[in-house]
Amino acid sequence: MNKLGSAIFSRLVIIIPYAWLLFFFLIPFFIVFRISLSTTAIAQPPYEPAFAWSDGLSGIWEKMGQFSFDNYIWLTEDSLYFNAYMSSIWIAGVSTLVTLLIGYPIAYGMAQAPRTLRPTLLMLVILPFWTSFLIRVYAWIAILKPEGLLNQFLMNIGIIDQPLIIMNTNWAIYIGIVYSYLPFMVLPLYSALEKMDNTLIEAAQDLGCPQISAFWKITFPLSIPGVVAGCMLVFIPAVGEFVIPDLLGGSQTLMIGKTLWNEFNANRDWPVSAAVATILLLILVVPIVFFQNAQAKAEEQGR
Amino acid sequence: MNTWSRFNIASVVLGFSFLYLPIVLLVVFSFNESKLVTVWAGFSLKWYVSLFQNQGLMDAAWVTIRVALISATVATALGTMAALALTRYTRFRGRLLFSGMVYAPLVMPEVITGLSLLLLFVAIGFDRGFVTVTLAHITFSMCFVTVVVQSRLLSFDRSIEEAALDLGATPVKTFLEVTLPVIAPAVLSGWMLALTLSLDDLVISSFTSGPGATTLPMKIYSQVRLGVTPEINAACTILIGFVAIGVIIASIMTKRREVQRQRDEQAAFAGR
Repeated sequence: MNKLGSAIFSRLVIIIPYAWLLFFFLIPFFIVFRISLSTTAIAQPPYEPAFAWSDGLSGIWEKMGQFSFDNYIWLTEDSLYFNAYMSSIWIAGVSTLVTLLIGYPIAYGMAQAPRTLRPTLLMLVILPFWTSFLIRVYAWIAILKPEGLLNQFLMNIGIIDQPLIIMNTNWAIYIGIVYSYLPFMVLPLYSALEKMDNTLIEAAQDLGCPQISAFWKITFPLSIPGVVAGCMLVFIPAVGEFVIPDLLGGSQTLMIGKTLWNEFNANRDWPVSAAVATILLLILVVPIVFFQNAQAKAEEQGR
Repeated sequence: MNTWSRFNIASVVLGFSFLYLPIVLLVVFSFNESKLVTVWAGFSLKWYVSLFQNQGLMDAAWVTIRVALISATVATALGTMAALALTRYTRFRGRLLFSGMVYAPLVMPEVITGLSLLLLFVAIGFDRGFVTVTLAHITFSMCFVTVVVQSRLLSFDRSIEEAALDLGATPVKTFLEVTLPVIAPAVLSGWMLALTLSLDDLVISSFTSGPGATTLPMKIYSQVRLGVTPEINAACTILIGFVAIGVIIASIMTKRREVQRQRDEQAAFAGR
């Protein structure tokens, strides 16, 4: 009886979340792909389906011949999309690097802090992550505007006499991404650095290794899992970021998340936005798999 | 050693000021008398008064709270199950796909998740509105719950579960009376995380919402596009206040529990 109950319990625990994710996470991607192969129509919903599930397998096979790759061809013909993909990757890459350079000393400082202080510091890093993303981006508008707080401050202390134009440029986007994603970088770095055995460093120093090279030879290599997790947690969502380029960047800013949003909401071109999303997903598959392997490895070690 | 720790203190202090200064400025200027959010003109609560008279914002806040409460609760149930599945049953068919589907939403750009869910709802002919937003929020926040609960389950001593099962408790009873009490703090913080993720979300809500289901972030976003006003600062300050109070209460509770647990353990050892 107990064995049977146990089997039913374990089945349910697996099947319920599995089915949910299959239906609400995996299947939607196939629908996106299907719609990316259809043509735009002035209708509700605004597309002509490439094939319907009701066609049956043979019907779908027949219609495969008529798949329209027009949307993908359109994406390659208009340099707007190519440039948007490239500049998204570039902006996300630079921001990730800057976040790492800022986040590493913070995480290292936290890991070296007195043991009693660490939980408080950890909570202070997590707290902004719990406040609204939108609010944190919004807060920067008042700071970066030409007549904003940063320019007022710099002009008052006499460093500049002309207001800096940061708002509505790519600079504002870099600041926004680094600021918003910093906790995502600090947390995995901290958990990697905190576990570190300090006696290793002491041993190296006792044997005459200078502090800096002890850091590069011991601390940094041991923190690489944290570096990888942090960089992936920043880079992948930053590539598709919409709120930051929309609110802080100007009309000239090209980022693919914004392009997709405009294609969908302003132009109401669902097939093209589905094609944009499909390609974005293909670009991100490699870093996502990389991230998942790192996660799986961490899970393995935790066991 | 001294120079290092000074460097450490400086980087922590500078890092935290960078994280907190914008939020502090936002809160300060919500009490500004002037309509400008950059020039201080004296203390005033008038923006809070006008906020509460703004019916549109109030309606949106109500929708947001209901969506968040429902989606966080369902997401916690599903996420806890997924965490159990991943930690307790290391071998089952399709486990790789399952763990992939759990971790991918953590990093998936919101525009993709939003668009794909919208197209799903259109494909199955489901009218967009309150229900679709809630379903979408459950989907993306349950994975965060899974990660939080999973980390607690991994450090869990399984022998007490096995003991309960050996002594004849049913699996459900074992879960409810042995496992759940131990992982309860993690489940609670998973629930809180899901709640705040849902309260915050703009992009996925915008895609999956329909008429009559405008959430507060959507409302704030449409007003921010028209310009920065102290009224929005006031709305943001209230949201931040709620989150801060919630997080502080949760951390005090976990700390108390931790102290209690240590005391119990010591008592158990002393009694031996």
